[in-house]
Amino acid sequence: MMKFLKLKPTVGLLSIPYSLIFIFFFFIPLTLTFIISFWDYNEYSIIPDFIFENYAYIFKDCLNFEKDICVTFKTYLSTFIFCFITWFFTLIIGFFVAYFLAFYVNSITWQIVLFLLCTIPFWTSNVIRMISWIPLLGRNGLVNDFLLSTGLADAPQEWLLYSGFSIVLAFVHLYTLFMIVPIFNSMMRIDKSIIEAAYDNGANGLQILWNVIIPLCKPGIVIGSIFVITVVMGDFITIGIMGGQQIPSIGKIIYVEMSYLQLPAAAANAVILLALTLLIIWIMTKMIDIRKEL
Amino acid sequence: MKKSLTRRNMLKTSTAAIGAVAGAGLLKGFPAIHAADAPVIRYLGTAVNMGDAVQKKLFDDTGIKVKFIVKTTDEVVKTIFTQPNSFDIVDSEYFSMPKLVPSGNLLGMDTKRIKEWDNVTTAFTKGEVAGKKIGDQGTAPKKVMYLKGAKSKEFASEPTQYVTLIPTVYNADTLGIRPDLIKRPISSWAELLNPEFKGKASILNIPSIGIMDAAMVVEAMGEYKYPDKGNMTKEEIDLTMKIFTEAKKAGQFRAFWSDFNESVNLMASGEVVIQSMWSPAITAVRTKGIPCVYQPLKEGYRAWAAGFGLPSTTKGRQADICYEFINWYLSGWVGAYLNRQGYYSAVIPTAKKYMEAYEWDYWMMGKPATADIMSPEGKKLASKGEVRDGGSYEARMGGVACWNATMDENKYMVRKWNEMIAS
Repeated sequence: MMKFLKLKPTVGLLSIPYSLIFIFFFFIPLTLTFIISFWDYNEYSIIPDFIFENYAYIFKDCLNFEKDICVTFKTYLSTFIFCFITWFFTLIIGFFVAYFLAFYVNSITWQIVLFLLCTIPFWTSNVIRMISWIPLLGRNGLVNDFLLSTGLADAPQEWLLYSGFSIVLAFVHLYTLFMIVPIFNSMMRIDKSIIEAAYDNGANGLQILWNVIIPLCKPGIVIGSIFVITVVMGDFITIGIMGGQQIPSIGKIIYVEMSYLQLPAAAANAVILLALTLLIIWIMTKMIDIRKEL
Repeated sequence: MKKSLTRRNMLKTSTAAIGAVAGAGLLKGFPAIHAADAPVIRYLGTAVNMGDAVQKKLFDDTGIKVKFIVKTTDEVVKTIFTQPNSFDIVDSEYFSMPKLVPSGNLLGMDTKRIKEWDNVTTAFTKGEVAGKKIGDQGTAPKKVMYLKGAKSKEFASEPTQYVTLIPTVYNADTLGIRPDLIKRPISSWAELLNPEFKGKASILNIPSIGIMDAAMVVEAMGEYKYPDKGNMTKEEIDLTMKIFTEAKKAGQFRAFWSDFNESVNLMASGEVVIQSMWSPAITAVRTKGIPCVYQPLKEGYRAWAAGFGLPSTTKGRQADICYEFINWYLSGWVGAYLNRQGYYSAVIPTAKKYMEAYEWDYWMMGKPATADIMSPEGKKLASKGEVRDGGSYEARMGGVACWNATMDENKYMVRKWNEMIAS
């Protein structure tokens, strides 16, 4: 008790700035979003109320299994699939890039240079980056030109652009960096003598990778996964542009509702999206205790 | 002695900087007009047709400066609801009026203070072009033009002294096509869903405008005749969306677009050969040297119109300056500037005075150009001998079938549109 009291003034003071930011820009807006999701609305205003209609509306027809799968489920299902595929590829690619950077590149200068190379996708604006895919993947793009001229295809391949494929491609292209950084960070903390010890005890490369490196990289993998999954769950710009606006995303539904001032409906959708994303993260942190590992 | 970068100096400078930023932030809270002697107007709008040239000319003529608050169409509406005192004048579209007027956030505009009011085109005031009635389905300006009084929240059916917006600019929209890739005449909205263009068509993903284009297509296909495309019943929305959902599932659309630049890229790259499009997007494709036609269609055009409104708190000197600005805007120079971009000015006679005869003949009369036609920025838009797509003002505006709209069933429509996108 004494110790707690002694600590309090400094700890309290130091945490004030962050607490204030947290309260004003995170806690209060989020609470408001939650409250407004139970309000009513009309064309031009939101009306204080306590109704469940906004939520009921989202899941309308979802429990009627005779009809087609409802829009909400369909949208979440498609988002989950994108999440999983993106997570899988960013993890595999990100892990091996980090592995290369951590164990094969010995000079810190080169590590920095190569890291900067990984950030190139972020140097241009979102819109320019998206538009740049057209000359590459489009009907008259480079890839199709190559396929046609080599006779690998006899007609332009349309699935290259404005499809699930192009969405995953853009996601992986962008978000692999989010995997590389935390995994690389974990790898750099691995004591080299542990690897030497494993080697001295007769483990081969694969065994060292599987039994030593991967377990020690778990915190990095989980942090990277959280980054990638939360970003993909809420994305609507990449899905919109790369999917030719033909593939649904929760973010887009929220965006449309907001632009038509249907704020309570958008709030309800946001609350559900947040709950689901938190659930996924909660499950992941159950698998591994990040605090303990750090 | 080097003292440029000591810690203390750093602190001093950054504190000063923070102070300056905070101060500037505070100042923003006051109406800009009272804050300085040289009047400044905070102009809320999409500002798509307000280039630097307009601001410079305005300052030279009147000494008024404009500070733009640039937002998208939907955000403009949102700002009027949520921050009605953050601007001095708003440039809004007529189809937002059924939403905005009941809120009471906009002032009824006094037509007696507008010098050119009697010269405002009849397309706005009476729904007529050259004495002939034009299509008024949807939120036609004349339906939401007049108010019962300066502070009224209700529309008047007969002309009154007070109006919702002072009209400025409008146009007739249609489908854009790539004539070099289609290689045959296109004359109907129905072509958008023609299987011939499977995987090469597009429509815009902005529900309130997309639904109107969709309705034009459905009607042209002979599937259904709407009593009012701009105010559909739930059943009509279902029917329209069913037809488009089936087309989407069959792979008719290459993509949907929601941003002006996307529509330009889809067309210029040849990914799409027929799509809903806006007039400046056509110009953008053409200035790349790629043929693109704003195709007139036999069922008519979908029109839109915009104008200036003031927040309901406006009074005194602030009102004087805003009215002065509006009167300047309608006095001809801007009208000519808008006409040269392919839009139409709300006051035609004044705009004519500022246009060369050959420009007037091309843009307004639908005659072949007798010299190269240039944009206000000096880019070539058409060569000698070419005729404007759709022809004269009378042919284009006279051919309007419907207007951008806010429907009674807006909520339901947005939901159904989202379902189509998700299908």
